[in-house]
Amino acid sequence: MPAVDHSSAPSEVTRRKFYVGLIYGLWSVIAAALSIPAAIYLLFPPRLRKAPEWVEAGDISKLAPRDPVEMVFRQNRVDGWKIQSEKTTAWVVKLSGTQLAAFGPQCTHLGCAYHWDEGRNFFVCPCHSSVFNIDGKVVSGPAPRPLDRYETKVENGKLLLGPLRESKGNA
Amino acid sequence: MSWLDHRTGIETAIRNFLYEEIPASSGWHQVFGSIAVFLFLVQAFTGALLAFNYAPTPGDAYNSLRYILTEVTGGHLIRGLHHWGASMLIVVVVLHMTQVFLYGAYKKPREATWMVGVILLMLTMAYGLTGYLLPWDNRAYWGTVVATQIATRIPLAGTYMSRLLGGDNAIGVVTFARFYGLHVLLLPPATAFLIATHIYLVRKHGVAPAPGDEAKPKKKFYPQQAFKDTAAIFIAFVVLFVMAVAVRVPLERLADPTDTTYIPRPDWYFLFLFQTLKFFDGPLEVVGSVVLPGLAVLALMLTPFVDRGQVMRVTRRTVAIGVAVLALLGWTGLTVAAVATTPKPDNVVAIDYGAPTDWIGLSPQELAGIGYFRKENCASCHTAGTGKQRIGPDLANVPIKKSAAWMIEHFKHPAAMVPGSSMPAILLSDAQLNSLAAFLLKLTPANAEALVNAPDFAVEAGLLYQSKNCGGCHKVNGVGMTIGPPLNGLARRRTKSWVVQHFANPEALSPGSFMPPYRFSTREMDNLVAYLFTLPD
Repeated sequence: MPAVDHSSAPSEVTRRKFYVGLIYGLWSVIAAALSIPAAIYLLFPPRLRKAPEWVEAGDISKLAPRDPVEMVFRQNRVDGWKIQSEKTTAWVVKLSGTQLAAFGPQCTHLGCAYHWDEGRNFFVCPCHSSVFNIDGKVVSGPAPRPLDRYETKVENGKLLLGPLRESKGNA
Repeated sequence: MSWLDHRTGIETAIRNFLYEEIPASSGWHQVFGSIAVFLFLVQAFTGALLAFNYAPTPGDAYNSLRYILTEVTGGHLIRGLHHWGASMLIVVVVLHMTQVFLYGAYKKPREATWMVGVILLMLTMAYGLTGYLLPWDNRAYWGTVVATQIATRIPLAGTYMSRLLGGDNAIGVVTFARFYGLHVLLLPPATAFLIATHIYLVRKHGVAPAPGDEAKPKKKFYPQQAFKDTAAIFIAFVVLFVMAVAVRVPLERLADPTDTTYIPRPDWYFLFLFQTLKFFDGPLEVVGSVVLPGLAVLALMLTPFVDRGQVMRVTRRTVAIGVAVLALLGWTGLTVAAVATTPKPDNVVAIDYGAPTDWIGLSPQELAGIGYFRKENCASCHTAGTGKQRIGPDLANVPIKKSAAWMIEHFKHPAAMVPGSSMPAILLSDAQLNSLAAFLLKLTPANAEALVNAPDFAVEAGLLYQSKNCGGCHKVNGVGMTIGPPLNGLARRRTKSWVVQHFANPEALSPGSFMPPYRFSTREMDNLVAYLFTLPD
């Protein structure tokens, strides 16, 4: 007479299934309750601490039309738990009568510092030879979009810069 | 046999692990070890997450923790899990130990398993001790001062302990670095290794059987006992999660070594040691600080060699039960005594620096403005930064900031300034409306929540300060006159009782002062003094 295999009795099988189901279920809840907050913690942006502010960049009364000038100014930047006061630059151009443009100091390709080439009348990036015209538009090279611009306003002959806005559109 | 198993043997290994044979008597009483391992893993996980946003140097440590708590999304939860997980781990490890002790599961041949467990208990406490310093607030600093002082008083070894802790009777950057290094570099691998050893030994000797088990067939760990362990872990996790969400872990102010009023206390699970120390004075102090705790650890270690009798049913182990009950009573008594004898610091209002504290930088006039904002129920029609849009505009997000003069006119005759406005006129004095306008000018989307939720004591103090025109002589946060001394940094210069007496009779304490005496109600005095003492330097 064969031995009775208790583990295959129907009630035993359902109980086993019940245990296994609960083990998987409970561990899934725990895993979710730990990993979702962890993902939020790492991926969500931190709460805004400081409203964007206007920074004085320099005097524009001596600015010649269509002659870009590199202005150096200090800016407060939120860096994690610190607020860093750091030197920043902007390329400022008087485009026409009252129209001003202030370009962020980094090439839109890979972030190198570009400069104004007086001879060619272009902004030239030394890294991968991206070339921008005086409006910031891409003339040639690998840069994917025009130069980024600061928000600008003028008060009493002084140029005030707001946040740097990422430029849109292709070359 | 699958491809993966053929190459790694992982499936076989897992199967062998899960289908371990355990005695018939195994059950719910053996779940604590699993919970402890689980909680250790939660600590490792949340600890790593905290480290991603934490700078382990004094000063920066505090600021980065504040950043985690007030700015990083979900930071409160992660820190809550880590903080309460530590306490829970202590509780669960002790419960695990108590179960093993009561059942006599440490007996031959399981002595080594028990001793490794005792070392793991010590490591768990070492995490608590080193982790306590890491927030670098007053509580952390002063609690650790006491702990390290105890270590440096050990005869002969004291000097070396002091050097090992990184300072001559002082806690500084070196101490901090060493505590952090211990907490995150040395203790975790040591713990992981000892847990592995502990589990290996449990597997080697098998789960301890109870009398009568030898007559019954063994059962498998999986799935029934695995389910019991999982269910227990789940319950522990739910409790931990609810605590992390619901019970705030306060962050006190930045560690201040010059604070003479702070009453240091270690974390709750060290209070019994702290209290023991009080029974021994002078040269006997070493008895409480080293001898007794050392003997206790030795007694724990030697338990399996002292109790070498036959394995008995747990209900018949009266001596063991007696020892456990005595230990519990002793521990509870000492802890309760320590809590009961902790003096309540006089009129200290605890500020939670784990929440944004932008209100601390406001002038008293702006603080008073928050008071009028609340009294006039402005929030019933206006939001400020957060919440559902109400009938009036969001005051933190107005498109064009109006001047104070415009606002005051608008408060008096809303419809005259904004045609069609259904806002009722605010019936306050000009000075009061000025405060309200000053506060509204300060509102930005970034600080609105912190300002609107400024603590009551500070707002009431601001109202009182304005009504008594303290700013006519004193300066606070850059606003006010300088006929009297500036009030920022008062906490460094004076004690609370001095300030209270000074209000009653300035001339007596500051000869030549022409400040008039003030009579405040107890509540007014408490609020005002607490507020003045929270002012930044």
